[in-house]
Amino acid sequence: MPAAWIDRQAKSLFLFPAVLLLVAFSIFPLLVSVYLSLVRFQLVPGGFKFTFVGLANYRKLILGIEREHFLGLPADPTPLIWALGGIVATVLLVFTLRGVARAGSLGGLVSRAAFALIAVTLAWLSIRTLAANGRPGTLVTTMVYVFGGITVQYWLGLLLAYLTSQHILGRRFFRIVFLLPMMITPVGIAYTFRILADLGKGPFAPLWRMLGLAEVSWAGDPWGARIVVMIGDVWQWTPFMFIVMLAALEAQPLELLEAAMVDGASRWQTFWRVTWPQLLPVTSTLILIRMIEGFKIIDLPNVLTNGGPGTATESLTLHAFIAWRTLDIGGSAAVAYALLFLVTFSALSYISLVHRRLAGVV
Amino acid sequence: MRMRRGGRSRRSAQAMTPAGALLTYLVLGGWALIVLFPLFWILTTSFKLPVHVYDGPVFIPYVDFTPSGHAWRYIFVDLANDTLRPYMNTVVVALTSSVLALALGTAAGYGLLRFRYEPRLGVVGLFLSAMALAAAVISLGVPWQIALVAALALFVLARQSIGRRFVRAVGNDDISFWMISQRILPPVAVVIPIYVMFQRFGLLDTRLAVIITYTAINLPIAVWLMRDYFRNISVELEESAAIDGASPYRIFRSIVLPLATPGLAATFLLVLVFSWNEYLLALFLTSANAQTLPLLIAAQNATRGPQWWYMSVLILIMITPVILMAIALERYIAKGLLVGALKG
Repeated sequence: MPAAWIDRQAKSLFLFPAVLLLVAFSIFPLLVSVYLSLVRFQLVPGGFKFTFVGLANYRKLILGIEREHFLGLPADPTPLIWALGGIVATVLLVFTLRGVARAGSLGGLVSRAAFALIAVTLAWLSIRTLAANGRPGTLVTTMVYVFGGITVQYWLGLLLAYLTSQHILGRRFFRIVFLLPMMITPVGIAYTFRILADLGKGPFAPLWRMLGLAEVSWAGDPWGARIVVMIGDVWQWTPFMFIVMLAALEAQPLELLEAAMVDGASRWQTFWRVTWPQLLPVTSTLILIRMIEGFKIIDLPNVLTNGGPGTATESLTLHAFIAWRTLDIGGSAAVAYALLFLVTFSALSYISLVHRRLAGVV
Repeated sequence: MRMRRGGRSRRSAQAMTPAGALLTYLVLGGWALIVLFPLFWILTTSFKLPVHVYDGPVFIPYVDFTPSGHAWRYIFVDLANDTLRPYMNTVVVALTSSVLALALGTAAGYGLLRFRYEPRLGVVGLFLSAMALAAAVISLGVPWQIALVAALALFVLARQSIGRRFVRAVGNDDISFWMISQRILPPVAVVIPIYVMFQRFGLLDTRLAVIITYTAINLPIAVWLMRDYFRNISVELEESAAIDGASPYRIFRSIVLPLATPGLAATFLLVLVFSWNEYLLALFLTSANAQTLPLLIAAQNATRGPQWWYMSVLILIMITPVILMAIALERYIAKGLLVGALKG
């Protein structure tokens, strides 16, 4: 009875093709990548060879010649830096100690402590390299892109979605126009913004000339260049926040809003007390999705600034790509693993600390 | 349905003051300008001569400058096949991989919701070690066919002999989480092994290689969104069909899929946009034959400096189809994505 047999296999047939493809394209390459990050690639007459070098590729990133590129140049700690670092450390210490007090299980405690330790290290690194005399490496630059970008995209998307959800003419027009940037290839956006941001020949050149800024070059200033990259990113991804939040706003039941109005709440109060709390689950998922995707940024800095000035706008993916292009395959794999660690750490911490509470589900 | 009703009664619930309305239109109009201006600039640039670009900005065609079709002529007449080939590559690769990702992801998402899977942890571990072993011997130079068959044989053998001893099992939620978490993986962390793999199979610079890779990277999104979409579809219809003797495949095809159309449309569009615009993986996996449009655009940054006018034409012909599709599917996008976001 082949037909009955096939029916009984339905359970496996629905799931297995997807599982097999994912195993072949994620687990398998990940294992090979571990190996690549532990070797040095060399061209030799008639081909190439791999020499096993242990953790040397990682050591190079954290202690060796790539340190400034990857971690950045920390500023000497001033009182302000000590104060900021102290605040972060205290918050995380309190967080860990509260974990001890609740003490669900030993495993939970250990993971809390590990989280606090990693978080404090990353925060300390960020504070010191982002300070006036410091220079952030690719690690911190990537975090700036992700967290800075998400913050702007979220609030902008929320504002636009709220306004569009009001009783206004041309809702459909705004909905469609606001959606467009998401559809455009990041490479295209990068080139477009390069034209637009050209102070001498771009469309805003007359304006810059009037302001006497025509000779200033954003491309030569680390923060100028980073901000241009972030503007491109915000332009492209605000639509994603916008479209989902608009749908969420339109799906909200009106009874609560009406009740608030009857009670005499102002529009401002109604929004913050009634509307916004209901948006939190959607908000949380959107932030998670953007966080996961945002860490992969490469097209924009690669095209807009080529990672420059110096390495100021280089993201981790671009760093790994440049290392690969110079045939430093082991170094490239090590950077890629550092990125994987950073994304996994951020996503898992976010899911267990924030997302579970806001969305109530995994 | 619910959404539209909500939208309409909201209008009666809140009326805006004139000042509020003015401010609303100012903000929305301002952002519309910010969105549209770059697109307008690409459009005019595609009709400019190099001299128009290099002598500073000119804005309005026929007023500031005389439009010229030279860039369009270059891209469509002079380059002809060199434009057409990447274009067809992009179309074929993006459509095929999106359909595949949607098919596999929909099936898996449905399976994860309606069936119970409990693979034993030990068996999963055995399978992974067998695969790791295969990877190791392949990298030592053993032909991949032999290594793969040997590893699978070893796995079956081990499963038959010691598989029953494992007790701890993983459930559907673990599998879902694992699948979705694959999206966390930065492509750059896996691209070199994938490159080496396709090199071994002799598939580098072919459409097939790009299609398979894009399917794999988009699969987690498809599983995630579709699983959450199915969760909102009532199971009763399916149950009564099952009592009437319909096979699981029949139920899936003629009951579940039609009900999930908005979710399918939104997921398809999102996945299509990702593969249509993808840059990094294409950069590694293709050179001349399977080159896709984002690479062709990047290639206009020649040694003579960026060829803005050609680039603009390419960007325009690249974004037109997706934008038309987005306008057509706009209603579905919001609905389909929202369900995923609500259920996380």
